[in-house]
Amino acid sequence: MPMITIEKVSKWYNPQFQVLKNCTTTVEKGEVVVVCGPSGSGKSTLIKTVNALEPVQEGTITVDGLNVTTMKKDLPKLRSRVGMVFQHFELFPHLKIVENLCLGQTIVLGRSEDAAKTKAMKMLERVGLTAHAQKYPGQLSGGQQQRVAIARALVMDPICMLFDEPTSALDPEMINEVLDVMVELAKEGMTMMVVTHEMGFAKKVANRVIFMDAGEIVEDAQKEDFFGHPRSDRAQHFLSKILAH
Amino acid sequence: MFSNFDYDVIWRSLPYLFQQGMVFTLTLTAIATVFGLILGTLIAMMRLSSSAVLSGFAVSYVNLMRSLPLVLVIFLFYFLMPYVGQWIIRSDQPVQVGAYASTIVTFTLFEAAYFSEIMRAGIQSVPRGQVMAGYAIGLNYREVMRRVVLPQAFRNMLPVIFTQTIVLFQDTSLVYVLSITDFLGAASKVAQRDGRLTEMYLFAALVYFLICFTASFFVKRLQKRISIIR
Amino acid sequence: MNYNWNWGIFWDQTPDATGTYFGSLMSGLQVTILLALCAWFIAFVMGSLIGIMRTLPARWAVFVGNAYIEMFRNIPLLVQLFIWFFVVPELLPGDLGIWIKQLRNGPFIAAMLGLGFYMSSRVAAQITAGINALPKGQRMAGTAIGLTTWQTYRYILLPLAYRIIFPPLTSEFLNTIKNTAPALTIGVLELTARARSMQEFSFQVFEAFSAAAAIYLVLSAVVTIGMRIIEKRLAIPGFNGGK
Repeated sequence: MPMITIEKVSKWYNPQFQVLKNCTTTVEKGEVVVVCGPSGSGKSTLIKTVNALEPVQEGTITVDGLNVTTMKKDLPKLRSRVGMVFQHFELFPHLKIVENLCLGQTIVLGRSEDAAKTKAMKMLERVGLTAHAQKYPGQLSGGQQQRVAIARALVMDPICMLFDEPTSALDPEMINEVLDVMVELAKEGMTMMVVTHEMGFAKKVANRVIFMDAGEIVEDAQKEDFFGHPRSDRAQHFLSKILAH
Repeated sequence: MFSNFDYDVIWRSLPYLFQQGMVFTLTLTAIATVFGLILGTLIAMMRLSSSAVLSGFAVSYVNLMRSLPLVLVIFLFYFLMPYVGQWIIRSDQPVQVGAYASTIVTFTLFEAAYFSEIMRAGIQSVPRGQVMAGYAIGLNYREVMRRVVLPQAFRNMLPVIFTQTIVLFQDTSLVYVLSITDFLGAASKVAQRDGRLTEMYLFAALVYFLICFTASFFVKRLQKRISIIR
Repeated sequence: MNYNWNWGIFWDQTPDATGTYFGSLMSGLQVTILLALCAWFIAFVMGSLIGIMRTLPARWAVFVGNAYIEMFRNIPLLVQLFIWFFVVPELLPGDLGIWIKQLRNGPFIAAMLGLGFYMSSRVAAQITAGINALPKGQRMAGTAIGLTTWQTYRYILLPLAYRIIFPPLTSEFLNTIKNTAPALTIGVLELTARARSMQEFSFQVFEAFSAAAAIYLVLSAVVTIGMRIIEKRLAIPGFNGGK
């Protein structure tokens, strides 16, 4: 059974504007899938539908066998098992770094303060930010904040991780510190769905690449096929532009 | 609960309520807005001037007025103005000013403090580059202010000015404390005379609501239009 | 000006011989502060509820919130005070209405309710603005780690929003203090009422009102300074509010 299935999903912002057009794909357990495409192609919206941050009008999405499109009461519980990393980090600015990592553990998972703290410190060590535990998000660099955001998702022991353009709000010199953490995660076998323009990352760790344009999944291929000989003109055009520099 | 509601008392007093009461309410609102705005603009310019004396005076005036309840200021000016008038025209005894004239002066001076804060924000909303461009084509301070800065400041702040005018319109009801026949004063007099407090006060509330609601509806529309133009 | 100054008047006895004029002003100050605090409690609680309602996804919640604000904002405070004091007891069922009319603290309670609900509409508008000023992603991030809507408000949105709107809330509290003065029209003996009666009995117009004015100035200065201290203590390093 796949970890994530997306089946014939369509979404409209208003009757005139359709953001997702009949999208279908799956993510297997342990698989790393990169979603790319020009801006406005719907890739960010697609990834947010997986944990129902964006509702859809048509189609079905399941995570770990559970239908999230019809789920209501159990949504918070499910979301707590799906890690999400945002473009703009979205750490909670009024909470210290360690408190950012404990909030979900204590409130949603019901862990004790001590257990949550121990787990938080372990994850901070993993992303190399132990020294910053008592600081506030605003006191950290963008790259550091994004690593904290990844740690915040990991402390919940997620069954899979969603990344929504995790490096596109970062200064160039900070991109690699975040990508390194992600590469390591991928190598450990974490199931990951990643919206990104970082084709180097895709080449290194992705199993499959999905290319989206104008709300459609235009190409859904094994990594080697996608970079070797993309079938569609649109994907070729996109690749030639993005790999040019 | 409205079974013994007497609509007739409202109907009978309509001419009195509107021809006397509302006319004064609107007159006071209009005068205090126009002169308060002019005075407020001058105070804002003083506040933003490089002279420490002028800006110090403006700051103190605005802060003083904004820290005091309007009711207190209404009383203070009402009782004080005869002596000030006496001092100005060097008369032998306090000058009879009267409640109506006194409230008009009070509201103008009081609202000027609030309008000056609005105009200060407006003047500051005009980019520095505009002022420099004005000087660059050879205008002097007065001309830059009058031709370049103030028109833009005024336009940017128009919705806020109207909103303040709605607040002012509501505040005029406070002249009740001097037993003046504004709209609320008129309603209150009929209410006391005929023993119909429920009817008159609910009717007054309805009239104020309809006027203010309609006015703020148009202000919101204006705000949208202006934000599109910008 | 041939005005007879008499700054010693504050130590004279009031005509009702219950104390000095100074004492009378001080008791007025007490009422002003008490009324402002009680009204602010209502304004803060109701304003928060309504303000939050207007940011919920449910359409009906937004509509109810908007209607509430329009109603309390578009009727002058004085009219609202009159309605609470004169009209509401009439509209209540017989015995309850009579009981309320005979309450010794009737004017104070009416003023507290009137001022509280009047100010609540302004507090609500600030709360809504504060929540809407937060980056959209904050709500999403809360939701994404599995918080419910209520938990997202409780732990993420409200702590941030209240900090952002702390300065405007401070000035609304100052407005609440100033707006206690109209309560004198329904017989609440607050500061301005005390100054007014001092002027009436002693004819020392200037002394009476300037003393009251000075007290209001000191009061608002104390509140402003106090609020600044609280604001500094609530400040979060590296967070400058809003977007």
